[in-house]
Amino acid sequence: MALPRIGVLALQGAVDLHVHALERLGVETVEVRRAEHLARVDGLVLPGGESSTISKLLVINELFDPLAERLAVGMPAFGTCAGMIMLASEILDGRDDQLSFGAIDISVRRNAFGRQIDSFETDLNVIGLAEAPVHAVFIRAPSVERVGPGVEILAAVEEGRPVACRQGQVLVTSFHPELSPDLRLHELFIKGMAA
Amino acid sequence: MADLTNGIVSRATGTDLVKRGLADMLKGGVIMDVVDPAQAKIAEDAGAVAVMALERVPSDIRRDGGVARMSDPEMIQGIQEVVSIPVMAKARIGHIAEAQILQALQVDYIDESEVLTPADEAHHIDKWAFDVPFVCGATNLGEALRRISEGACMIRSKGEAGTGNVVEAVRHLRSILGDIRKITTADQAELFDWAKRLQAPLPLVQEIAETGTLPVPMFCAGGIATPADASLVMQLGAQAVFVGSGIFKSSDPSHMAKAIVEATANYLDPDILAKVSRGLGDAMPGLEIGSLETRLSERGW
Repeated sequence: MALPRIGVLALQGAVDLHVHALERLGVETVEVRRAEHLARVDGLVLPGGESSTISKLLVINELFDPLAERLAVGMPAFGTCAGMIMLASEILDGRDDQLSFGAIDISVRRNAFGRQIDSFETDLNVIGLAEAPVHAVFIRAPSVERVGPGVEILAAVEEGRPVACRQGQVLVTSFHPELSPDLRLHELFIKGMAA
Repeated sequence: MADLTNGIVSRATGTDLVKRGLADMLKGGVIMDVVDPAQAKIAEDAGAVAVMALERVPSDIRRDGGVARMSDPEMIQGIQEVVSIPVMAKARIGHIAEAQILQALQVDYIDESEVLTPADEAHHIDKWAFDVPFVCGATNLGEALRRISEGACMIRSKGEAGTGNVVEAVRHLRSILGDIRKITTADQAELFDWAKRLQAPLPLVQEIAETGTLPVPMFCAGGIATPADASLVMQLGAQAVFVGSGIFKSSDPSHMAKAIVEATANYLDPDILAKVSRGLGDAMPGLEIGSLETRLSERGW
């Protein structure tokens, strides 16, 4: 099967790092800034960045509704950090005007691990990636506080606090796989699209 | 089933990856200078990715003269309470104690900044000694690499703060990125000469020759006053912009802030730039560089 064409939401954040990771896997990528870019992709990566800024730019660039429609009919999506917040069904400690897509049934708390001084890296065991732990970088990271039925928890820290979840073809992580050379989570997302 | 009990024993904070990582997350965004919680709220409402807390914006520092220092911790904490985006603050060049205070306040980034009056005329802060990341200004590649070798996790081209004149920002960006382009075509023997001329560590010069980029993100500051200015510096290769006096010295700060956020995100789209540049009122009053008594960008060694 031909590899899918994957978009990276390119309004703000670590867009270049995701594009680089996908290109290393040989995947064709499209930077998505407007609705016409979205029409050309089979799946979308929502990168790390400032979720409150990205939320505003989605509305300003008239991308929120078209993206919500694609997600509602099952477009595969991979959200890291701010991207996870955008895909969640509920945001805790968000701004009042902050929007999310509800593409995965989880409640996410922004900045749940503290300020930058508390940002950390660690090794995580991730279900489905049994050969070795994933080195995970958490930057002012959000955490998952509630998981709905049908959502798989793929990894957790501290007393089972989930930091990687999947529901159907929507994959989310609190941390930033794009900051490490390990491409296995990007691969997991692409393999999930083929399934 | 895999063991989900992770990350309790082997957590590492304050690492290079974690410190540089936050700068990666700010790419494509606008970091706005604010002097009180009300301005911080306006900045966040407009879509800023972070705010820089300081006592006076650079144009006022320029006008008032005297010694410009780190802000009052109470003001910084007041800003931290009202916004959910990262809060940065400035320490004087070489002022280790101010930086320690800012780290104790848990600011998200420390700017060792030439906009404040330098505390040390020879030495910058040893930034490796801190868990909070630092951003530093640079006018050329050698200065940028010296700051990186001292532990800076983000570089911003300096420009000339408080002037509303983008010409120096353009000069510094072109100098840094132009030299990077030249280094990528240099042979091994020439790299030694580059390191010597730049007064920069050879391993960093060799790394640039290999990767074609700085090892940390590079943003732009100093003189950005309009959405078009933001687009210009992004097109020249800046990865995000700092706007100082340009927002709160304009006639309609909220409107100007939103327009610069939109222009930075859509810097390659002239239709959007035309739309957001309309009806913004007056930009901040600008200054001719030749008329300046103090060149802030000359501070730093």
